[in-house]
Amino acid sequence: MMEASASSFVAPGGPALRARRLAALLAEPKVTLGGGFILALILVALFAPWIAPKNPLDQELMLASVPPVGFTGAEPGYLLGADDLGRDVLSRLIYGSRIALIVAFVAASLAAFIGTALGLIAGWYRGWADGLISRLVDIWMAFPPVLLSILLVAVLGAGVGSVIAAIAIIDWTRFCRVVRAETMAQAEADYVVAARAIGFPPIHILMREILPNVVPALLALVSLEMGIAVIVEAILSFVGLSVASDTPTWGGMIAEGRQFIHQTWWLFAAPLVALFATVLAFNQLGDGLRRALDPVLRR
Amino acid sequence: MTAPILSISGLSVVSEFDARPILRHVSLDLEPGRTLGLVGESGAGKSTIAKALLGVLPRTVRITEGEILFEGRNLRILARRELRAIFGDAIALVPQDPMTALNPGRRIEAQLTDGLRLRRGLSAGAARVRALELLAEVSIAEPERVLSAYPHQLSGGMRQRVLIAAAFALEPKVIVADEPTTALDVTVQKQILRLIRGLQAAHRTAVIFVTHDLGVVARICDRVTLLFAGSVIESGLTADILSAPRHAYTRALIAAGPRYDRPDAGLKPVPEAVVAQTWLEVAGPGRQG
Repeated sequence: MMEASASSFVAPGGPALRARRLAALLAEPKVTLGGGFILALILVALFAPWIAPKNPLDQELMLASVPPVGFTGAEPGYLLGADDLGRDVLSRLIYGSRIALIVAFVAASLAAFIGTALGLIAGWYRGWADGLISRLVDIWMAFPPVLLSILLVAVLGAGVGSVIAAIAIIDWTRFCRVVRAETMAQAEADYVVAARAIGFPPIHILMREILPNVVPALLALVSLEMGIAVIVEAILSFVGLSVASDTPTWGGMIAEGRQFIHQTWWLFAAPLVALFATVLAFNQLGDGLRRALDPVLRR
Repeated sequence: MTAPILSISGLSVVSEFDARPILRHVSLDLEPGRTLGLVGESGAGKSTIAKALLGVLPRTVRITEGEILFEGRNLRILARRELRAIFGDAIALVPQDPMTALNPGRRIEAQLTDGLRLRRGLSAGAARVRALELLAEVSIAEPERVLSAYPHQLSGGMRQRVLIAAAFALEPKVIVADEPTTALDVTVQKQILRLIRGLQAAHRTAVIFVTHDLGVVARICDRVTLLFAGSVIESGLTADILSAPRHAYTRALIAAGPRYDRPDAGLKPVPEAVVAQTWLEVAGPGRQG
């Protein structure tokens, strides 16, 4: 009787478990589709010089404003047409993904790092530390984020670094709130009480007992944040506060295309579609990861 | 009576929030290798005593007076460094709910070896070997597989065995079992009680068994302390108290339990009058909670 109940345990462990978890991850269509798109985009960005059909900066004034392939007057070799200076739209799009992805990954990671650290501190120590951090979050969230980012970049000076800093400085609050609430809930759990009784220092408890259980929620947020970062970078490029204008960016392309939207709509549409698809992919990936990685949801 | 290994005298705890008393001059003694039942209804202060013994009282409550003596040393005045060798080491916990007491995000191996590595300085390999021994000791058939499992892959009974193994990992002198069988079904309960009993005898560990189940007390406790609203209302040898309770509340509590020999008798709640009278005794007139 005793032995029967003691072995009433079916799940395999070790490598088999890891394989099963990977399978569960890949069985989630949101992960495969969203992740697949992002992965493809990363490869495109990495190998841009080999993939792009033209130099994104080469001007061919004779071919200015040719439409995409399939429209009358299209020029072979210019798949998505050319802009008003005769630069290949597709090549610019491909190079533009570099800035978008760098900003997405670095800014979202930084924001997550700052927010998580402060959220863990607020949720664990409570008291005045929590009061200080939470009030800071409240004040922070009262600012209109786009205006604040424009202000920050204006102060810090234009450039990718400033854009990344601005996004991280503004959006850490999202992570802080979620992590703080989750930390407070976890701090009451018996395993945290047990870890405290054994005498583990707070840093150990936060890193080993609490943080791993926050990660599923965090992953979804990071992925969402990457989507937001892509948009904010586009907005800052749009108003000319991101990188120098000779580096192609999607936001910059949208800004340039906007001027001729009635004549050469593809200059506007192409970066917009790229932006839209990328943000959508990040969001879907985040949602899928959360579903696949959460040990409770997975049961 | 041999010298108690653990002794609480006149312990009072209040809520920081509204100064409401949670424990009122609680005293109890635990002899080495024996089992003391701590019985009371919800809110009687059982878990607060358990937490005080482990040094994990929530920040919202405060000890106002009294002493906790472990091997003659007063835990309230001991230096932090010395306390670390007691809380969670010489005094260990078997938590209440095996479903929530294990960290869902960490493998059993990591959770079981934490104490061994931190407190005993064992290497990962040595701690694993010890963990396997411990799991075998709590009658887990496939310790290797359990070690690499996550908690959600184990049944409630299995998880409680893991938690018991973790509690005994550091060879504690006292184990505080906070209603370890409440969340389990009756057949598993019986196995777990037998397991705790066996380990206790093998390791000569003293156990404080927090419960509201007098049936469990009768089965495994040498002595029993009854709590009501943070006060000890009766204390003594289990056999004496169950056969000849002195306090009206104890009598009502014993009468309230289900009787296997008279299943049609139903459950009898503790009479209002007895509860009111007990409140009057412990809290004085005009105050209930």
